Amino acid sequence: MSSNDSKAKTLIVAFSLSIVCAIFVSTAAVVLKPVQEVNKSLDRKRSILAAAGMLEEGKSVDEQFAQVSTRVVDLRTGKFTDDIDAQKYDQRKAAKDPSESEKLSAEQDVAKISRRENYSLVYVVEGPAGQLEKIILPIHGYGLWSTLYGYIALESDGNTVAGLGFSEHGETPGLGGEVDNPRWKAHWPGKQVYRDGDVALGLIKGSVDSSSANAPWQVDGLAGATLTSRGVTNLLHFWLGENGFEPFLNNLNAGEA
Amino acid sequence: MNSVKEILTGPIVKDNPIALQILGICSALAVTSSLQVTLVMCVALTAVTAFSSFLISSIRNHIPGSIRIIVQMVIIASLVIVVDQFLKAYAYAISKQLSVFVGLIITNCIVMGRAEAFAMKNPPIPSFLDGVGNGLGYSVVLIAVAIVRELFGSGKLLGIEILPLVTEGGWYNPNGLLLLPPSAFFLIGLLIWGLRSVRKEQVEEPDFRLAKHTVAREGV
Repeated sequence: MSSNDSKAKTLIVAFSLSIVCAIFVSTAAVVLKPVQEVNKSLDRKRSILAAAGMLEEGKSVDEQFAQVSTRVVDLRTGKFTDDIDAQKYDQRKAAKDPSESEKLSAEQDVAKISRRENYSLVYVVEGPAGQLEKIILPIHGYGLWSTLYGYIALESDGNTVAGLGFSEHGETPGLGGEVDNPRWKAHWPGKQVYRDGDVALGLIKGSVDSSSANAPWQVDGLAGATLTSRGVTNLLHFWLGENGFEPFLNNLNAGEA
Repeated sequence: MNSVKEILTGPIVKDNPIALQILGICSALAVTSSLQVTLVMCVALTAVTAFSSFLISSIRNHIPGSIRIIVQMVIIASLVIVVDQFLKAYAYAISKQLSVFVGLIITNCIVMGRAEAFAMKNPPIPSFLDGVGNGLGYSVVLIAVAIVRELFGSGKLLGIEILPLVTEGGWYNPNGLLLLPPSAFFLIGLLIWGLRSVRKEQVEEPDFRLAKHTVAREGV
């Protein structure tokens, strides 16, 4: 056993083991990478379709996604741009990169995201004649424990909600985690975003009184999850507001995007 | 040498890694809120424990004592990364839920504990079986905890509704605490209590005893 503890043997074992393990791990990573990429993009497409209420079970996600086209919007000008390749753009990474994002002042940063990327992907659904049917916008913001990432789908008027869904979050299961509950998500379609030019859409405490004049802008809050509910309201206000997609939606309505 | 059956089944009740050795508690807290995720975690941990024990045991005569732990860690870490890659490729939805906890198998005390306690001193095949056995012991506890947590916390098992929830028009008012990690502590605690009441030999000797109270006497 003493020969095992010699310096030479120790070094040989350490080196050969590292090399063998490195080859093993990198082979697995390289071989499995294409499958993982497919999964990731399928997952993203599924979330987008689900948010827009267009997901049909039993049909291929890729086939259904064919009616959606991915475009890039310059959030600073509120216009479509072709400067960036939508297929390769990594929006999460851009949001952290100082050269591709802007620092938000405390006053602007209602969604607690600290930086906003300059370019955002948007997903456009067009009808058979090429007219705009739905537009799906990626949104994110801080809830109670985690950043919620999701999508909001708007009808062609840029004001009526077609659906909302979160693809990723770490809120408390059973409380804030109820943002995933299909019953809650069913409250969203048909709600209005803007009132007199301001974002009015938000969650309220308790249930919405459908006879109230404010009902079109209100959604039931999540029971026992005040902070998550507030977070969802805040992130909607940010992303649909003037630092988010509002300029783009205005341009889109005016036919200038 | 122990019989195959004993190596394989011993860790399930008699020498359970969670209930007796109190190892691997952290992942038991984190991944047991839904049964499906738990099952995948159990398979992943069992595979890693079995193969790491096998590999470590097969080179045990060449491992220098001074870098023993590092060698074990490198083997375990490589296996965990490969398992994680496989999950991402073939069980994407579940790997998203398990997120960081697959990676944390590396630091799971059971894997390391079996490598150090068994695989370093025994031939590869028994080590492999020992790894499988301990993986099963871990799985039994996790599955039991997950069944209680998912059934009473969200009224479902494997995502199928068993107890209709009040919020969905049923009668069952779920216990929200069960969906939070601390509930697993209580459940595992109760489980250990139950197990040790039945199998008295598992009760540990206390490390020290409190001295008896003395009564102060006047005028001594």
